[in-house]
Parts: sequence; structure tokens; C-alpha cells
Amino acid sequence: MSTEPAASSEALLAVPASSAELFFAFNRMALQGFGGVLAVAQHELVERKRWLSRQQFVEMLSLSQVLPGPNVVNLALMLGDRFFGWRGALSALAGMLLVPLVIVLVLTAAYAELSGIEVVAGALRGMGAVAAGLVIATAFKLIGTLRTNRLGLPLAAAFSIATFAMIALLRWPLVGVLGGLGSLAVGMAWIRWR
Amino acid sequence: MSAWFETALSAADLLGLFGHFLVLSVFAIGGAITTAPDMHRYIVDEHHWISDAQFTSSIAIAQAAPGPNVLFVAALGWSVAGPLGALATMFGTLLPSTLLTLAVARWGASRRETRGVRAFTTGMTPLTIGLLVATGWLLAAPYATDRAHAIGAIALVAISVLVMARTKLSPMWLVGLGAVVGALGWV
Repeated sequence: MSTEPAASSEALLAVPASSAELFFAFNRMALQGFGGVLAVAQHELVERKRWLSRQQFVEMLSLSQVLPGPNVVNLALMLGDRFFGWRGALSALAGMLLVPLVIVLVLTAAYAELSGIEVVAGALRGMGAVAAGLVIATAFKLIGTLRTNRLGLPLAAAFSIATFAMIALLRWPLVGVLGGLGSLAVGMAWIRWR
Repeated sequence: MSAWFETALSAADLLGLFGHFLVLSVFAIGGAITTAPDMHRYIVDEHHWISDAQFTSSIAIAQAAPGPNVLFVAALGWSVAGPLGALATMFGTLLPSTLLTLAVARWGASRRETRGVRAFTTGMTPLTIGLLVATGWLLAAPYATDRAHAIGAIALVAISVLVMARTKLSPMWLVGLGAVVGALGWV
């Protein structure tokens, strides 16, 4: 089992052996991802497979966040492309989507019969609550990367808190927050990187 | 739901469905779910292909099933027009964002050390982390406001956060715990 520093040090990273390994790794992640795959992806890519450092993970996630499309799907495409080009990207994408797609379609077809059962509804509620906790925990794990942020910890933390408040409390549209606050943050970082 | 194939659309309608999702994909910053209101307008209000309840349950099913939440798009397409509908909405949603992501990823990777790219990742990282906390918060909110189960649900969220942050246990175990606790009616 890896130790904490190994998981975040770029020198000790591993590389997938083939496109097939990418396919099965992303398939495994997708099938573990109830209520979203992001928390599982962080666990698998950074801590278990060690294909990315925490820093690289948060950088890739930042980029997939501002691009259109689902974040984890964009992340899978970028990671696959980085290791094996087009074939890697499509392998990761297929691994992420194929089997879950079949499951969702079967559930859609069976939904009318299932939704009335109280135990099923309760189990879904419990899984949903855990999914919320997993996403929050993923954020906590990545907070450490702010310590080395060129903006400085206080300013970087202020941007994180402001983003949280605008999205979760004020319910402002995401595009406006990323465009407005994001431009400010990138502008300040631009000055610091001189 | 016995009418999947009977509701199959004409070729022109399928093409329209595909085209609409193609356009929405380009605007789906933050994920396909951010364009759900406009999908609702097109499928339910404008064309009356499925009911309000069918629309909502399609999203709930994809959230509950394993895999990326974007699969709600396939569930919607299936409800509208069976297998062909699912293909139309999925390809429409994934095609533009996939091509754009690959293009930008390659462009960025070759300039990773330049000032512009560094400023971008440095500036956007704090927002990404704030956004993650906000997403978890919004996902947890409905449980905390349901008075009958609030304490159990909040405890379950807190346990999930602690176990994930402190141990290397696979998230699968926590999801299993959530399913059992939920089936027992505690959350």
C-alpha cells in the first residue's frame, strides 16, 4: 500500500500498460460511482493506480470544469489521450460509459415496477447521502494543493470560499461565476507568474 | 412504460433531437445537467414527447445508477424514442464536447510550462475546489431538510467525509453502507 507522500509525489507515478488497461480501469471506476464518479476517480487515479499526482489531478479537473461536457468524461478523455492518444481517449471513454449505459437503460425500462418498493427507495436515499459525503471529501483532499498555489494560501482559500458561496448559497449560474471570478483569479495568477 | 417503440419518432424528429442536444453540448459547462432546463423545454413543453414525471424520473434513475450522471441524457432519449432516441441524445451530447476537450487538452499539454497555461491552472484550482464543496453541499441539502430523517442522513454524510479523508478504504464500502442503512429506513 502506498504511503501519503508517494501518492502526491510526481516522481513515483505509474503508467498504464495499454489502452485495454485504461478501458478496464475506467469501467471499474464508473461501476463504483453511485451518484457521480469524481470521488472514485480521485481515489483510483491518484491513490490506487498512481497515474496522476494530486496536483496533476486538480489541474486536469480544473480544465475539464471550464470545458463543455461532463467533467469526469472530459477527465477520462484527457488522461487516455495523454498516455495513448486517440485510442487511449476512446478506450477510457468507452470504459466509462458502455456498461453503465446498459444498466441505466435497463433501469429506465424497469423503473415503473421498482419505484413503488419502499426498501429500494430507502436504499437509493442512503446511497445519495453517501455520494454527497464522497464529493465533499474529495474537495478536502485537494485543499492541500492550495498550499503550493502561487496565489498564496490566503488568497487561494478566499477564491475557494467565494466560489462555494456564489454557487451553493447564492445559486448564481456557473458560467457567470467561472467567467467573472475565474477571470479575476487567472488575472492575478498571471501577474504572480511573471 | 410499455410504449417504448410505439413512441418512436420520425426520422426528421430524431434528427431534430440529435441536433438540439448537439447544440446544448457546446453550452454544457459544468456538465450536461446544467442544460437540463432547456432539454425540458424542448422535449416536454415544446414537443410533448414525454411527461414532466418521466423527465424527472429519468434524471433520478441516472443519479442512482453507477456511472457518470451524464447518462441521464441516454435515459431521456430512451423515454422519448427507445434505443434510437438514446443514441441520438448520447451522441449529440458527447460529440462536440469530446472533440473540443481533446483539442484543448493537446493544445494545453504542449504549452504546459508557458505563463498563460500556468496562470490558468493556478487561478482556476481554488475555484475547482470551491465548486466541489458546493456540489457536495447541494447534493446533501435535500437530506438535511427532510425532518424525519435529517439526523441519520447528516451523520451518514459526515461519516462518509471522515472515512474518505482519513483512510484509503474504497468508496464502494461506504456506498454499500448507505444502501443498507437506507433500506432499513434510517436516512
